Order: sequence, then structure tokens, then C-alpha cells
Amino acid sequence: MEQQTGTFAVKKGLAQMLKGGVIMDVVTPEHAKIAEDAGACAVMALERVPADIRAQGGVARMSDPELILKIMDAVSIPVMAKCRIGHFVEAQILEAIGVDYIDESEVLTPADEEHHINKHLFKVPFVCGCRNLGEALRRIGEGAAMIRTKGEAGTGDVVEAVRHARAVLGEIRRLTTMADEELMHYAKEIGAPYELVKETKELGRLPVVNFAAGGVATPADAALMMQLGMDGVFVGSGIFKSGDPAKRAAAIVKAVTHYNDPAILAEVSKNLGEPMVGRNVSTMPEIEKIAGRGW
Amino acid sequence: MKIGVLAIQGDFAEHIAMLQRLGVETAEVRLPRHLEGLDGLIIPGGESTTIGKLAVDFGLLEPLREFGQTRAIWGTCAGAIFLSKDARRNQPLLGLMDITVQRNAFGRQVDSFEADLDIPELGEGGPYHAVFIRAPILETVFGEARPLVALPDGRIVAARQGKLLATSFHPELTADTRFHRYFLTLAG
Repeated sequence: MEQQTGTFAVKKGLAQMLKGGVIMDVVTPEHAKIAEDAGACAVMALERVPADIRAQGGVARMSDPELILKIMDAVSIPVMAKCRIGHFVEAQILEAIGVDYIDESEVLTPADEEHHINKHLFKVPFVCGCRNLGEALRRIGEGAAMIRTKGEAGTGDVVEAVRHARAVLGEIRRLTTMADEELMHYAKEIGAPYELVKETKELGRLPVVNFAAGGVATPADAALMMQLGMDGVFVGSGIFKSGDPAKRAAAIVKAVTHYNDPAILAEVSKNLGEPMVGRNVSTMPEIEKIAGRGW
Repeated sequence: MKIGVLAIQGDFAEHIAMLQRLGVETAEVRLPRHLEGLDGLIIPGGESTTIGKLAVDFGLLEPLREFGQTRAIWGTCAGAIFLSKDARRNQPLLGLMDITVQRNAFGRQVDSFEADLDIPELGEGGPYHAVFIRAPILETVFGEARPLVALPDGRIVAARQGKLLATSFHPELTADTRFHRYFLTLAG
């Protein structure tokens, strides 16, 4: 029997298994255990959550492989890790240590200002951020097997995640009403591969799983993203920068499952303690925003 | 016939799409009351720890165990783990099937694979193309359960026990409807 590994179907397949779930940023094995016990469907292993990367500044790079390996040892759920945009050697290292998914992330300082990683060359699957349909389809064209909104990471302000989700989903809705002869022009206009534009029209959705990310801090934020039509939610700083991470993590997990049930959402939103303090994106200087990274 | 799909977490939408292609009425199951009027239930792929925890939190464990006494349940991957008696780890399980599982038995995601399997039970149609994602194996199949599919090296990847079915792989990720049709014969 021939076994084929690293196919697009298995890369995309793992993301399909994560749907309806919450992927949490963790910086220690202890955090990872808390996340797993709270019902996270995967964790993102990193040295600093985005809020701290913002606060501390400097160049943000791939995390120490030793830390990532310790987190992989601590939990049975999939472990993701971030590499810099275009930094294919960081990605090779993450693949070599066996992470389950790589996030080629704008949260880290970009290593290439024109090119993303050729993700087709890897057996490990990649997730990438986007702000609109063209960006999502460019990343899929490069081999990404999962997409997420960029939002504005580390702010606890959901407004950018909503903007990016509405952009992608709204553009797909418009695409489904276009005549076939309009697709080439549209592909050119949004800078996306024609075949993927065509496929997206036929499917009425992105060809890969599409999560929300960047600013989700409460159960209501998570349910909002799900009701808008996202497949699941990443929560970065929102959990471990809050007053009671275990409780908030469990509440956000429940909110994603029962996103359409306001009575349950009300119940899980009670007594969660202090949310992360947050930064208001609308009053943030342009230079501090990271969603513009990526090409 | 009406088949529910446990919609706590995982690829439940893929199962629902498959069932709808076969003309079956479907329902998403998130709470015990959603089990009413169903002829069978599919527990999808996903993370078994997440599904188990939320099943406990929303009072689904006992209603699911009771459902499985008389009606058909099929677990794919995480669902198969959830149906088992033991997963070598402290996590909530239904314990409905006489199987024990080893989670992530093939390794991590880079070891996830596709392979063609011979499954005589499915009848005509040639080899069955199976997708394994961080898949478990059914380490032991005992009591009332019997193995249905094994890899060439002997590791068991599907088993049946009366109306209960467990597969390590994901028929819902393919376009081949034979496994879903097979399950419908158990439910019907």
C-alpha cells in the first residue's frame, strides 16, 4: 500500500478538523495545558503574545525551538508555531521539529518585503493572514492550506477582524453573482490567481478553512466572528493577558460551539474577571499597525 | 431517515454535506434535546479532548450513551476515540464500543497520509481512498466489536459493533459516498 504524505488534502484536512474550535496563543507548557484543559482544539506556541511584542518592540522572530518542543510534549492537541513572512529557513526549522502547522505571520517582523514563502515545497501545512479576498487567494496560490483574518493582533479590539472578515465574505458573495466572463477581469483587479477565483465562485466559499484572528478578547467577540461566517477563532493575547485565563479560555470555547445561542452566550459571559486591557485601533498611529504587513 | 451530526467541534459540516448529497435529512446536535427523533448519529473528526470536554459541560455524555444502546452511531477519527473504552489518557469517553485506541498513532501532522484500502464490506467500486489526519489506530478490538479494515501491517483502522461504527480515517473528506451509504444501512 502506498502512503502519500504532505498532500494538499491532508494539509487542508487538518484545518478542517480544527473547525468550530478555538486556537490559543501560549508561551509556556503550563499555558498549553490550561488551554487544552479548557477545550482548545490547538495551540500556537510562541515566546511572546502579540500584546507583549507590541509593548516591547524590537525584531520579533521565530520562537526558540526548545520552547516549542516543550509545548509539543505538554499537550496531545496540534501545536502551531509562527515564522516571519518570507523566512523560509525559519519554516524549515519548524518543519524539522515537527510542528503541526506553521503560521507565516505578520505579527513577527517580516523577513521579505515582496515575497511570501513558497509553501508548496513543505510537507507541513501553513496558515496565513489576509485582509481581503485577493490576499487570501494569493496566499492559497502560494500553498497556504488555511486562511485567517489578520485583524489587529495584540489589541483586544475586534474591529479589524470584523473588517477583514466582512471584506472576504462580502467579496465572495459578490463573486458568486458574477458572470463567468467577468472572472478574469476580477482576478486581475484583486491580484488573485484565476483558477482560485473560479473555484471560489463555484464553492461559494474559500477553498480552504477560514478562521478569525486579531483582536478577539471575549466570548461575544468569538461568537460574533462565527455568526459572520468564520470557521473558527484564534485567540492570541486575549486569554493569557486577562484576569482569569482558564475561565475565559473555557468560556470562549463554549461560545464558539454555541455561537448561535444567546442564552448560552449570556451564561458563559458571566463573571469572567478582567478582560485584557486592550488598545483602541481607531486611535492607533498607522506606524504601529501590523495588519499592513504582507503582500 | 434523519441523521444527526454532533456539532460541538470538528468537520461536522463535511458530514452534513455528504448526507445531504445522499438525500438524507440532517440535524446538528449540540445539546441533549437535539437527539430527539434521530435514527442515527455521526461524531465527526476534530479534537477528541475538545469534543469530550464540551460533551461533559453540556450534559451530553449520558444521553449519547443511551442513544447508542438502540441506535446507530459512527465516529470518524476523534469520533472513534470518543466511542472507545480507553484512549490511554484521562479524557471523557463514551465507552460504547469494545475498542481501545492509540491517539496520533502515526505521528504528527507531517505523517498524515492518504492511501488506497481494500474494504470488501463496501462491495463494488474498487479500492477505497482513505484520508488519515493525525489519526488514531484501534489498538485492540474485543468483546462484541469486530475489525472491519486493517492496514497491510495489520493495524486496525475500522471496526463495527452492531449498529456502532468506528473509523480512523475520514470518508467525509472524500467524494466517495460508499462509507456513508454503509452507515445508513446500519441506521435504517
